[in-house]
Amino acid sequence: MIAEFGHFALISALCVCLVQVGVAFSGAASGASDLMRMGDNAARAQCGLVFIAFGALTYSFVVSDFSLAVVHANSHIAKPLVYKIAGVWGNHEGSMLLWVLILALYGAAFSVFERAMPQTLHARILAVQGLMGIAFLVFLLATSNPFSRLDLAPFEGRGLTPILQDPALAAHPPLLYAGYVGFSMTFSFAVAALLEGQVDRAWARWMRPWTLLAWVFLTLGIALGSYWAYYELGWGGFWFWDPVENASLMPWLAGTALLHSALVAERRGTLINWTLLLAIVTFALSLAGTFLVRSGVLTSVHAFANDPARGVFILAILALFTGGGLAVYGLRAPASSRDGFQPASREALLVTNNIFLATATVTVFVGTIYPLVLDAIGGPKISVGAPYFNAVFAPLTIPFLIMLPLGPMLAWRGDTFSSLFGRLAPAALAAVLVTCGLALTRSGTPLLALVLLGGAFWLVGGALTDMVERLRRLKNLAQTPLLSAPVAHAGLGVMIIGIIAATAWRQELVVAVAPGDQLRIAGQSLRFEGVRERAGPNFTSEQASLVYLDGPHEGADLRPERRFYEAERSQTTEAAITTDLTGHLYAVIGEPVDGKRVVRIWYHPFVALIWLGAVLMACGGALGLVGRVRLAGRMHQSGGAA
Amino acid sequence: MSPKRARAAMIISGLGFLALAATLALTALEDNIVFFRAPSELARAPVEAGIALRVGGLVGENTVRRDGLNVRFQITDLAHDVEVRYTGMLPDLFREGQGVVAEGRFDTAGVFVADTVLAKHDETYMPPEVAEALKASGRWQADARHPGEKTDPAAAYGASAK
Repeated sequence: MIAEFGHFALISALCVCLVQVGVAFSGAASGASDLMRMGDNAARAQCGLVFIAFGALTYSFVVSDFSLAVVHANSHIAKPLVYKIAGVWGNHEGSMLLWVLILALYGAAFSVFERAMPQTLHARILAVQGLMGIAFLVFLLATSNPFSRLDLAPFEGRGLTPILQDPALAAHPPLLYAGYVGFSMTFSFAVAALLEGQVDRAWARWMRPWTLLAWVFLTLGIALGSYWAYYELGWGGFWFWDPVENASLMPWLAGTALLHSALVAERRGTLINWTLLLAIVTFALSLAGTFLVRSGVLTSVHAFANDPARGVFILAILALFTGGGLAVYGLRAPASSRDGFQPASREALLVTNNIFLATATVTVFVGTIYPLVLDAIGGPKISVGAPYFNAVFAPLTIPFLIMLPLGPMLAWRGDTFSSLFGRLAPAALAAVLVTCGLALTRSGTPLLALVLLGGAFWLVGGALTDMVERLRRLKNLAQTPLLSAPVAHAGLGVMIIGIIAATAWRQELVVAVAPGDQLRIAGQSLRFEGVRERAGPNFTSEQASLVYLDGPHEGADLRPERRFYEAERSQTTEAAITTDLTGHLYAVIGEPVDGKRVVRIWYHPFVALIWLGAVLMACGGALGLVGRVRLAGRMHQSGGAA
Repeated sequence: MSPKRARAAMIISGLGFLALAATLALTALEDNIVFFRAPSELARAPVEAGIALRVGGLVGENTVRRDGLNVRFQITDLAHDVEVRYTGMLPDLFREGQGVVAEGRFDTAGVFVADTVLAKHDETYMPPEVAEALKASGRWQADARHPGEKTDPAAAYGASAK
């Protein structure tokens, strides 16, 4: 009954969505403000209805209603409650419902919080959001109904894939989707403004917080996914250049470019066309990411379903919105402005930033799509892996890192590079000294790694210098957006240091050991004590013990596990990780061989900096957001239009 | 610099950069493409030693021989076999009869030396290349994919990670 209620709520949401598009578009066209206000109400009602549907599905998972096909396929009575809830979006239907819910939440949030802009633009944005709502609700109801029943209700479910039963993974899809779907707002902003025929600095100012919000979520979502892959898959890596990872990286790169180009559009009123294009493309890449992940065209562990009908449907949505968005852009993009840039100005450096990020997006796109295209046209089956992406990204990153600290410290409109010399000399000197020191003490570090590390130190140093300068200018808390850029840039530097250190200085040991055997890695000795059996809530496991014989953790032990999940008839490897200031010791165990155990241990120096850096970047983004909300609030109170 | 000239300079430098990036990407692609081959394809057209390759199929029944960390086994598409050598830890679901993909290169003796062996995390998962290799060799059996499992509608839902 609850499930039918949810199903009904979804159908109602679709109807409301149709109304939202109709009244908002016609209201904007005729200037009827009551119709436009009705669009606002429809957006909120739609959100409420989708929320009810989502609640109904969550309830079905919690009470293990196995008469629902999705619950039966993805849940199990013995599963802990938190994973019953996470199971809601641990499958195709539920995750698409989550997508629709987040889309509706953005629409409702927009209708509630965005008050400063002209009513017609406001209504058109909601109308375009509504179009997306229609497309995805139809997709959900027609091909992926989460509320479809089984004829005979089984007594037990088939369980959730064990590697998904993990706290990080419970939070990963909602964050990632909040990022992907957040860029639907930028798409709607772009298309609505083009339809409105009024694209200016104010438009860029209104769009930026939404871009920033989506970007913060996407950054956290990707970081969490990478962290999960690192500790849960037991492969010892943090990024595999898997097509599905690339699918999330592309909108991130384009979204980062968008953040920066919108800044130029807002401050200088130029780059408007490029910003519009990026806003459309970023969301198109988010949709493409969803299509790639959900359609099963990729050889990936991530594909939920290989149902061609769904793939074709998502492809149609992708084609419709990308094609539609680009068509509107082509027909209605304003004549480009004639303003030039001084080469030594902040906007010129922001343009450089965009060139780099756009190039990076294209190279990832090529490496991800090429094998698919080749396969589709009947060519040979190939894979493009990490070597390609490393070969392309390393040379791109170096000039990017060198230029990056200059941008935020140059003035808008016109400045001189010589004005930077004195201000950035300490950072440059420190970066060179630290890099030289590392080259001398860590012999055997590849030159490329040293150069990249040097660039990252320079970036962190530059960001800190910038931060100090801006802190001096900071007069009150409403100006926190000033700190947004240096914090995010320092985060990027920290992340790159982590990536390079963990890659260049990694140590790895694979041995077969018997109880009592000793092994040595990264200057520490460990003794293998053997393996014991233990039982978890819905699994049994073999747990090994590796005791530290010296060093700061002497006496403590690493306990890597192999778990067997009875319900899912599946096995997982649980890595054991010891965290130090300087890095992780990371151990996994394999199968027994002739009375011995295969043990694999990595030393990942400074690997935690990768995720710390990502969190810093997200904090930087959030700082920009907090200040903006305060600013908007104050303007609202004083009754002034922005 | 006049706006017009600044604009021209920007466009030219942008195009130059894109050209550079394209060259970079294409060179990198050329050097780093890895081809997938099924055992039958390899029987028809052997690949010379030292070229990076992915070979996929099922792990042949009764072919796995372990010696400490060294493992030898055969990858089969049930028409032809490839002898594989691997040193290290095998994935959780590496079993005889299970679909796997090995990445590596042939040595001069015609043995495929794998750097990586991929098997997926779920018993019902079959790497798409392996499924196609089996279909190509005419040995694909839809039921053989999920031994001991009922064919209910939910069985169509694949495995997932992330």
